[in-house]
Amino acid sequence: MILKSILATDCGSTTTKAILIECIEGEYRLTFRGEAPTTVEAPFEDVTKGVLNAVMEIEELSGKKIIDKNNIITPSKNNEGVDIYLSTSSAGGGLQMMVAGVVKSMSGESAERAALGAGSIVMDVMASNDGRLAHEKIKRIRDLRPDMILLSGGIDGGTVSHVVELAEILAAANPQPRLGQNYQLPVIYAGNKKAQDQISKTLSEKVDLDIVDNIRPVLETENLEPSRDKIHDLFMEHVMQQAPGYKKLTSWTDAPIMPTPGAVGSLIEMISEKEKISVVGVDIGGATTDIFSVFQNKFNRTVSANLGMSYSICNVLAESGLENVLRWVPFNIDKKELTNRIGNKMIRPTTVPQSLEELFIEQAIAREALRLSFKQHKEFAVGLKGVQKERTISDAFDQTNSGESLVNMMDLDLIVGSGGVLSHAPRREQSAKMLIDSFMPEGITQLAVDSIFMMPQLGVLANVEKDKLKEEARKAALEVFHKDCLIRLGTCLTPVGNVKNGTIVLKVTLTLLNGEKIEKSLMKNQLFRIKLNYEPIKAKLVPHKKMNIGAGMGEPISTTIYGGLVGIILDGRERPITIPNNAQERLKYLKEWSDALDEYPNKV
Amino acid sequence: MAHSYTPGLKVLKSTNVKKERRLPIKGKVNKIVGDQLTPEEIVATTDLPGNVQIIKVASQLNIGPADIFDILKVKTGDNVVKGDLIAQTQGLFGMFKSELYAPIDGTIESISDVTGQLIMREAPIPVDIDAYISGSVTDIISDEGVVINTHAAFIQGIFGIGGEARGNIKILVNNRDDELTENLLNESHSGKIIIGGSFISLNAFKKAMKLNISGIVVGGFNYFDLEDILGYRLGVAITGSEDIPTSLIVTEGYGKIQMGQQTFDLLKNHANQFASINGATQIRAGVIRPEIVIPYDKKEMSGEVSTRTEKGIQKNSLVRVIRAPHFGSMGRVLDLPPELQKMESETMVRVAIIDVDGHKYTIPRSNLEMVETD
Repeated sequence: MILKSILATDCGSTTTKAILIECIEGEYRLTFRGEAPTTVEAPFEDVTKGVLNAVMEIEELSGKKIIDKNNIITPSKNNEGVDIYLSTSSAGGGLQMMVAGVVKSMSGESAERAALGAGSIVMDVMASNDGRLAHEKIKRIRDLRPDMILLSGGIDGGTVSHVVELAEILAAANPQPRLGQNYQLPVIYAGNKKAQDQISKTLSEKVDLDIVDNIRPVLETENLEPSRDKIHDLFMEHVMQQAPGYKKLTSWTDAPIMPTPGAVGSLIEMISEKEKISVVGVDIGGATTDIFSVFQNKFNRTVSANLGMSYSICNVLAESGLENVLRWVPFNIDKKELTNRIGNKMIRPTTVPQSLEELFIEQAIAREALRLSFKQHKEFAVGLKGVQKERTISDAFDQTNSGESLVNMMDLDLIVGSGGVLSHAPRREQSAKMLIDSFMPEGITQLAVDSIFMMPQLGVLANVEKDKLKEEARKAALEVFHKDCLIRLGTCLTPVGNVKNGTIVLKVTLTLLNGEKIEKSLMKNQLFRIKLNYEPIKAKLVPHKKMNIGAGMGEPISTTIYGGLVGIILDGRERPITIPNNAQERLKYLKEWSDALDEYPNKV
Repeated sequence: MAHSYTPGLKVLKSTNVKKERRLPIKGKVNKIVGDQLTPEEIVATTDLPGNVQIIKVASQLNIGPADIFDILKVKTGDNVVKGDLIAQTQGLFGMFKSELYAPIDGTIESISDVTGQLIMREAPIPVDIDAYISGSVTDIISDEGVVINTHAAFIQGIFGIGGEARGNIKILVNNRDDELTENLLNESHSGKIIIGGSFISLNAFKKAMKLNISGIVVGGFNYFDLEDILGYRLGVAITGSEDIPTSLIVTEGYGKIQMGQQTFDLLKNHANQFASINGATQIRAGVIRPEIVIPYDKKEMSGEVSTRTEKGIQKNSLVRVIRAPHFGSMGRVLDLPPELQKMESETMVRVAIIDVDGHKYTIPRSNLEMVETD
């Protein structure tokens, strides 16, 4: 069944964004978008008002009638209304969870992965071995007031006492839900099957208990799906029902409302699977930064809950340190002045950089927020811990441990950036450079940004489960993702290795579609841009014998790469990128790298 | 008419201030609708569940968890006093018995034969909520608290630290440009709300804390210096629970910035009057700004309470620039052109043309803040 028109909204904590997708000559395209302030809080206290306001903007722009008597018309009749309506939500602080496991680095980490994957913010990971005393844990649970708790621990058939101990702590804390005092807190148990009866006995009178399959049935396997699905169900049934106006919104949508990050994650997972590529996606917001990745077919998501560009901008400063922020600022500024300016952005989060200096500072902070979030992500996106590996004699010199990071920058194919500072940077070169400076890609990596952050809406569209709609909805989501959502910035080529300054690190020969050939030798520490559009380009890449561009030290690669709005970026800087401490030298390097990409107006 | 919605800070000479005073969990409300309250009066009380201690009986007495009921001398619901015998093993031929005593006063909450643990709960912790401002009770939130209304002058700051405080207002500077320096503060200011001008230094604020001054209201403060007071670098603007003797309210922002004329004048008009202040700030969705509430006595009440609707920025609105360049300047809106304009940073934004002391500036609308006055 062809879907002629699809309406999707994302109710964020400050803005509700609506998009209209229409099937035009057999092709799904984004046609109109609208936005309005979210209306979850007083004086409105009804999320649907913001939704209707955002949709009204689409009505005005498109001339199409979508709303009738404060209701969205679905399915469409006589060219009025839309075929399906969907929504995601992170309003009211999103889904806030606490997770618990017996061993922090095993069942605790699996529970955290399940909760993050379902789109929640994990407020704390409690474990039998986390070093806190029982009364400290109880106080913490009471203080946090999460929306939901996921309890796991023990392999099926293993010891029950540890996980029951955790349940006893939970029961003693008698946790209250964050929203409203009139319902019991939902708790999901996903641990040792053998302990299910004891867990019920301990918890069922104090909380609203649901039992699902063990998240870690055996040490070698992680079974996140049942927990993730249950979290989604409970998010709809409990948390959303407490938020103002959501009952009405739920009755409008043709598929369950998804937590915003859950929808984005699922889209990224789908794209990686369909195109067989490794992907990193980032959404840098005002309060938090979300990172999604798929490496070796394993999906991971992390939320850096206090790294963002406005509400938590000072936390970026606190966590990275003033020197680390300052190293990216391409002009001299007094430290007190710099911290006051950053502090003022925190207390006036909706302001925009008017002067160039203000833009420099914001983008310097963004680099550190992204770098720190990605660091946290790399530490979390690891293989299962506690798994014994069989070793042969050939492993003797290459010992790898269980729990190693899955993130391998040389394997990474695509980085997608989104969030105001990346999507709305005045020049696309700035977005590309921020992504390169903070993620430090290696080898051959494509760069893109999400034009208007519509990944949440496309994610929920890709997750429609109704039989008749499923396939077409997925097709629509993918088509719009490629044609309208992604803005291709280009490809970054970075050889990695250790050579002296003044060495040629990479020789590049590019053959364009029209047959034109471009040749370039890249020096160590040099940054160079070749302006080329998004089209297939044949590339022959020959690294220095001590450098690796993806095939091993000194090994050449012949492949097809793509340009974009920025083009092909040759990055000869070290990994990690080192910036001189001396102020004059630092400014000289920053200027050289910036000029290579035409990043800022000439004034710098 | 062109207008733009930019939330502003309130500087109101006369308004109705409504305050919800709520318990963290359900409890007892002590007041009824119509009661006249002073700030110190307790409006609701409750008992928070006492702290919990987990006693690992089985492992301490070296028995299997399943045998715990055989050796316990107490049962669920029993009250015990610190030192009471709670468990004793059979020993060998009645000899070598191991014993376990209650580590605290409390109640036996639960016993588990799976983990061999016993959970004891200490006595409940009483919690009181006071009225914070003087006024009358206009509504009761069943089992949770009250709503208090008062007729007052009301000023919002941009950022604060420290919680609720009260005292008489004392103006220590002649001009809103003046810095509130260390030498201006002395013992006689203890328990008062001190109003400065553009800035207070770290040393001056430390002196204020030493003198037990209730609150400081100034235009600006250095973000850099917050760490010295709080003991940590403030990452997100969620404050109010800091344990400091002096609450700080900053009306303009970080740095040295003259206090807004309206704010300074209004505070000056209420010199020596009683005020309740709260430094609590939350800059997230559901924003909370620090505040100064100066309730009017009944006899002072003019009966004129401003009833304004928030219309957003329009031509002739009084606005404050809230980001560099021109940060802290105040002016009137001359025009709100609808087209997007390119700034020096190349950002495309909607702008407002404003007049600041005869100079015309073009400023992004999102870098302007309404000054809501009456």
